[in-house]
Amino acid sequence: MGIQTSDKPLLERVKESEQDKFMQASVAKAQDAQHIKREDSRALLGNWEQWRELGEQIRQRALKYLPDYLEQFSDNVEKNGGDVFFAATEKDAVDYIEKIVKETGAKRIVKSKSMVTTEIDLDKRLLAMNKGLQLMETDLAEFILQEDDWDEPTHIVFPTLHKNRDQVREIFMKLGYEGDNDPMHLARFARKFLREYFLQADLGITGCNFAVADNGMINLVTNEGNADLTMAIPKTQIVVMGMERIVPTMNDAEILDNMLCRSAVGQKLTSYVTFEKGQVAGETDGPEHFHVVIVDNNRSRALGSEFQSILQCIRCGACMNVCPVYRHIGGHGYGSIYPGPLGAVLSPILGGYQAFQELPYASSLCGACTEVCPVKIPLHKLLIEHRRIITDQRHMQHGLNNLMMEAIGIGTGFPWLFRTAVRFGHLGLKPLASKGEVHAENFIKPEGSVKGGPGLVGGWADVRDLPLPPKNKDSFRQWFAKHKANQPQPGDQKANQ
Amino acid sequence: MKVVIFSTCVVDLEFPNVGIAMTEVLERFGCDCYLPKDQICCGQPTFNSGYAKGTQRAFRNQIDALLSVDADYIVGPAGSCVAMIREFPEFMKDDPQYADKAREVAAKTFEFSQFLWRVLGVENAGAELDGRATYHRSCHMTRLLGESESPYALLAHVKGLEMIPLENAHDCCGFGGTFSAKEPEISRQMVDAKVGHIVDTGAEILISCDPGCLMNIGGRFNRLGKPIKIMHIAEVLNSNVDESRISYLKQMPV
Repeated sequence: MGIQTSDKPLLERVKESEQDKFMQASVAKAQDAQHIKREDSRALLGNWEQWRELGEQIRQRALKYLPDYLEQFSDNVEKNGGDVFFAATEKDAVDYIEKIVKETGAKRIVKSKSMVTTEIDLDKRLLAMNKGLQLMETDLAEFILQEDDWDEPTHIVFPTLHKNRDQVREIFMKLGYEGDNDPMHLARFARKFLREYFLQADLGITGCNFAVADNGMINLVTNEGNADLTMAIPKTQIVVMGMERIVPTMNDAEILDNMLCRSAVGQKLTSYVTFEKGQVAGETDGPEHFHVVIVDNNRSRALGSEFQSILQCIRCGACMNVCPVYRHIGGHGYGSIYPGPLGAVLSPILGGYQAFQELPYASSLCGACTEVCPVKIPLHKLLIEHRRIITDQRHMQHGLNNLMMEAIGIGTGFPWLFRTAVRFGHLGLKPLASKGEVHAENFIKPEGSVKGGPGLVGGWADVRDLPLPPKNKDSFRQWFAKHKANQPQPGDQKANQ
Repeated sequence: MKVVIFSTCVVDLEFPNVGIAMTEVLERFGCDCYLPKDQICCGQPTFNSGYAKGTQRAFRNQIDALLSVDADYIVGPAGSCVAMIREFPEFMKDDPQYADKAREVAAKTFEFSQFLWRVLGVENAGAELDGRATYHRSCHMTRLLGESESPYALLAHVKGLEMIPLENAHDCCGFGGTFSAKEPEISRQMVDAKVGHIVDTGAEILISCDPGCLMNIGGRFNRLGKPIKIMHIAEVLNSNVDESRISYLKQMPV
């Protein structure tokens, strides 16, 4: 599917999300549950803020010397007997993987969860190129999405957050499931179903949580163990990773794994945290052929730019789990496989402003994402930075709202203009105001409130009442001037008597 | 001590009662207040919407205006706007004319409740207000300004006031400045969630340190026809004051 999952306007996607009451309830429940689990698991570490600083430093160092670390990593993979391919674009990556599939004559592929393979649309492209090829997603959630005619993920850690157990049961019934909607029964069915595929697989494709530069190892973090089977059974393994997944050393990986598991799922560690480097001589498990595909796909646009810090991301999804916008519009609301605050920053970089120019505005800039990020990415500031580029550099904002914003810019720059606004605010908005009952006491005035208007005024008033500004004589400035005039002044003879 | 009142554009345009209450409370605690007439706005509406160039004049004007009186402190009734002023040194760091001024203005600007509690060391402001209330913590005050204690500490000492904790207090109310007007369909769902949690507390009064949030939540309450009384913390601390109740902290907060 590539990065973009929908070409509908944001407003339309938002309205669709609001119709999906199950999704909204499910996201809210998950956010609230994760809130407790995440904070509890982080508290066990102690000094979380210091851990964040350490995490940030590790990621910043990896990015600062990225070319060197990538070279070191790649040399070490080759030393370990593997092959490395640097893919500049998604096409390069898919072509290379396709070539390996052809060369090995692989017919049955198993895959473990990987966002970057979704980003480059690997599954569908491989299936389109090779008729008769069998390809199975083995992460439970990704498996459900695949069997639901490649439905789109709505979260980078919980891809099926939008589906309930009845929907999953229906999907599984197409595969021969006859049981009830008990998650344990459903998971047991998937486990048995997928086991057959693992045993027959001749090629495994995995993602990569971290790539360790100084020993060429791949670090995978899962709860289901499917990634371990994907790398242990097939003769050939292809690892696909974004070029920024690098960490310098095993020590760094250990620190980041600790933070990743707590931030992503609120666990001290997930059930499986694995390091691998292909088959070790004398062992029977592990792939004989080990390939690593390192994908750029526009990541280098961020490198060296004001957006470099977004490459620090360790894909924990915590920013989605705290985002009040994500809470309501869900993953599909963003129209990108990378949703939430991370997606609103990353999607325009990877996929361009034309496709994703609305996303940086889908945020109230509340800063919950920045606060929770384990590697201290200033996400809300990067959203403002995108808005600046869209507005000041690319001039992509037009129409009445743009004019109004420019007018506010002028009105907040010249004191006399603002004083005029204070003076005439009441009269100016009066034509738009209507009388009504006062429910919000000490706020809405009996003389009326604004309930509609053009542009941004209408945007506000579509949702909420705006009190008619006070008459000039009742403004704070007028009160203060009178108040001050009545105060005894130092040296004032009368006041001193 | 001399205090410049950073009134904020929202208070100048919509909330005279907040400015008045803040001035009266500050004067009660010995502050000699000034209101520079050239001040306008911290610049957030345009800057946060991406109009960085168009905001430069607002930044410079605000710095000049707030420094036009040689005061000890600058105090504002909005956590979000004060947090913005605190970011000025970063915005102006490459401006040789304004970099030093930006640092000066940021160093002496405080949010109202923060100023009372942390600077003046007020424990009990002497207020009395009978009623059940809940407090909305604003995102910028808590996360950007980093102030999550002063309002709770001061409200705890208001006589007769029963404070009821708000569920999901950490979730944004959906204001977000121009976000509320630019993305009303998202903002509405956020403010409805907030209204729902406030209604669930059974509180009659909603208190906050940010007029922007109050404008959003209060406006939605009114549209939905649900009863609530909207109060800025300055109004609460200025209610039925008996000066014999005033007390100061024995140990200043760190």
